Amino acid sequence: MQTKVENNKAWFLVLPVFLIVAFSAIIPLMTVVNYSVQDIFDPYTRYFVGTEWFKQVMLDSRLHEALLRQFIYSFTILIIEVPLGICVALMMPTKGRGASLALILVAIPLLIPWNVVGTIWQIFGRADIGLFGAFMSSIGVDYNYASDPTDAWLTVVLMDVWHWTPLVALLCYSGLRAIPEVYYQAARIDQASRWAVFRYIQLPKLTNVLIIGVLLRFMDSFMIYTEPFVLTGGGPGSSTTFLSQSLVQQAIGQFDLGPAAAFSLVYFLIILLVCWVFYTTIMNMQKDK
Amino acid sequence: MTQSNTTMTRQNTAKKEQAPVYSKAERKTRNAHLRGRFGLVLYVVLLLLPIYWLVNMSFKTNTEILSGLSFFPENFTLANYAKIFGDPTWYMGYVNSIFYVSMNMVISLVVALPAAYAFSRYKFIGDKHMFFWLLSNRMAPPAVFLLPFFQLYSSVGLFDTHIAVALAHCLFNVPLAVWILEGFMSGVPREIDETAYIDGYSFPKFFVRIFIPLIRSGIGVTAFFCFMFSWVELLLARTLTSVDAKPIAAIMTRTVSASGMDWGLLAAAGVLTILPGMLVIYFVRNHVAKGFALGRV
Repeated sequence: MQTKVENNKAWFLVLPVFLIVAFSAIIPLMTVVNYSVQDIFDPYTRYFVGTEWFKQVMLDSRLHEALLRQFIYSFTILIIEVPLGICVALMMPTKGRGASLALILVAIPLLIPWNVVGTIWQIFGRADIGLFGAFMSSIGVDYNYASDPTDAWLTVVLMDVWHWTPLVALLCYSGLRAIPEVYYQAARIDQASRWAVFRYIQLPKLTNVLIIGVLLRFMDSFMIYTEPFVLTGGGPGSSTTFLSQSLVQQAIGQFDLGPAAAFSLVYFLIILLVCWVFYTTIMNMQKDK
Repeated sequence: MTQSNTTMTRQNTAKKEQAPVYSKAERKTRNAHLRGRFGLVLYVVLLLLPIYWLVNMSFKTNTEILSGLSFFPENFTLANYAKIFGDPTWYMGYVNSIFYVSMNMVISLVVALPAAYAFSRYKFIGDKHMFFWLLSNRMAPPAVFLLPFFQLYSSVGLFDTHIAVALAHCLFNVPLAVWILEGFMSGVPREIDETAYIDGYSFPKFFVRIFIPLIRSGIGVTAFFCFMFSWVELLLARTLTSVDAKPIAAIMTRTVSASGMDWGLLAAAGVLTILPGMLVIYFVRNHVAKGFALGRV
C-alpha cells in the first residue's frame, strides 16, 4: 500500500460531491424526521405528537407481516441466486470472442428498466398469451399468478432470479479471472479433482466478491418495489406486498404522512442494521480462518 | 496455455506406463468442458426466452397475440413500432429518458472525478467517515425519499424538469462513481503525479492532460454503471415528472385502455427500452469485467 499524504485542502475536491449528495440525501431525510413526529392536517395545521407514530408503526400488524414476507423473500432469492451465479461464472469461457459474447448476453437482464422486467414476466407468465404460463398449463399444472398466492410468490422469485443472477455471475466471473494461471498449473501437477480445484483454489479467491454480491443482493431485494408492483400489484390479497410497497401505499395512497415517515425511518434503520450484522459476521468468519 | 501443455507432455514422457490413465483424465476434463458449454448455452437460452417472447410479440398484431401461441409472427407487422415513432407523446419519452440519463452521467462524472482523486491520494479530516456516509446512501430505499423529493423539487420549482430527475439519481450514482473511480485511480502509481509536478504541471493541467487519459477505461466503466442504474430506475423518475420530462417507462403504462391491453404496443415499447442498454454494454465489453473485479457496483 502506498502511504497517503496528509492534506486538508483535499476537502475542496470533495466539496462538490458533498453538496450534491447532501442536497438529495440530508434535506429529504430531515423532512422525513420532521414529519415523523407531527400530526399534519394541512400545511398550516400541525401538532407535535412525539413518538406516537413510532409506537403505532411498531405495533402495526401489516408492517410485521410485510417484514416477515420481506425476510423470507430475501433469503429465498439469496439461497438460489448465489450458487446459481457461481455455477454460471464457472461455465463462462475466459478467452476469445466467446468470452465477450457470453458477457454481453448474460448481462442483458441487468440493463432492462425494472418495470419492463415486470412487464416481460407479466406477459410471459399468462396462460393465454405467455410461453411460461402456457407451458405450465400444458403439463397439467393449474398455474395463475394473478389469483393464486403461491403461484404469485413463485413468479416473483423466478423473476428476481432471472433478473439478478447475472449480477452474481458477473461478479464471480471477474473474481475468477483474477486468479493467476500458476494456481491451476499447481493443481494439475497434483492431479487435483475438479471439486478440489473449486473448493481450495476458486472458492477462497471468490470470498471477497461474494461478500459484496450477497450484500448488494440483500440490500436491493430489501428495497424491491417496481417489479412486483407491475407483475402482481402486491396481490393477490397482500401475498407479495413487500416493505417498499407497503410504505408507498401508506404515503401516497392514503396520504398518512406522519405514520409513513415513521415507517420510512424504521425501514431504513432495519436495512442499516441487517447490513451491518451481515458485514461483521462475514468479516469475523474470515478472521477466524 | 503453452506452458501447461509442456508440463503435461513432460509428465507423460516421465511416466510412460501411466499413459492410458492420463488420457482417461484428459477425456474427463474434455467431457467436463463440454458439459460446461452445454450448461452455459442452456442458461443463456432460458435467460433470453422471455426477451425473445417480447420481441416476437412486438411484431404481431393484437388479434394474432390473443388468438394463440406461436414462436414466429404469422402476419409480420411493424405497425406497433410505426405507432411509437409516429406519435410525439410516445417517442418523446425516449428522448426524455436519454436526456436525463446523459445529464446524470455527466454530473456524476464531473463531481466524482476530483473527489475520487482526493480519496485515493490524500488523507484529510473525516475522510473515512465521508466515504462511508456516501456509500450508506446506496442503502437508502428510494421509497423512503419519494415524498420529500417530490416536495423539495416542487418547492424549488424544478418539478417536471430533466435536471430534477438527474439530480435525484445522483443520490445513488455519485457515491457509486466515486467508489469505482477511486479503485481505478489507486491503480495508478503516485510517482506519475510527482513527476508531473516536478515537470511544472499545475494541478488542473496535470489532471486533464495526464491523469484522465490514464484512467480512460475506468471512466468508461463508471459511465456505464451510471447509465445502467439511472436508466433502469423508475420510481423516482416517475414521481418527479408529469408531462414535459416523463420517462418512457412511465408512458408505457398508457397501453391499458378501455378496449383492453394493447399488448403489441406494450411489447414494442419494451423492446425499444432494451436496445440502448445493449448498445452501451457493447462499447465497454472489454473493460466491464475489470469494473466488476474491483467489486464496486
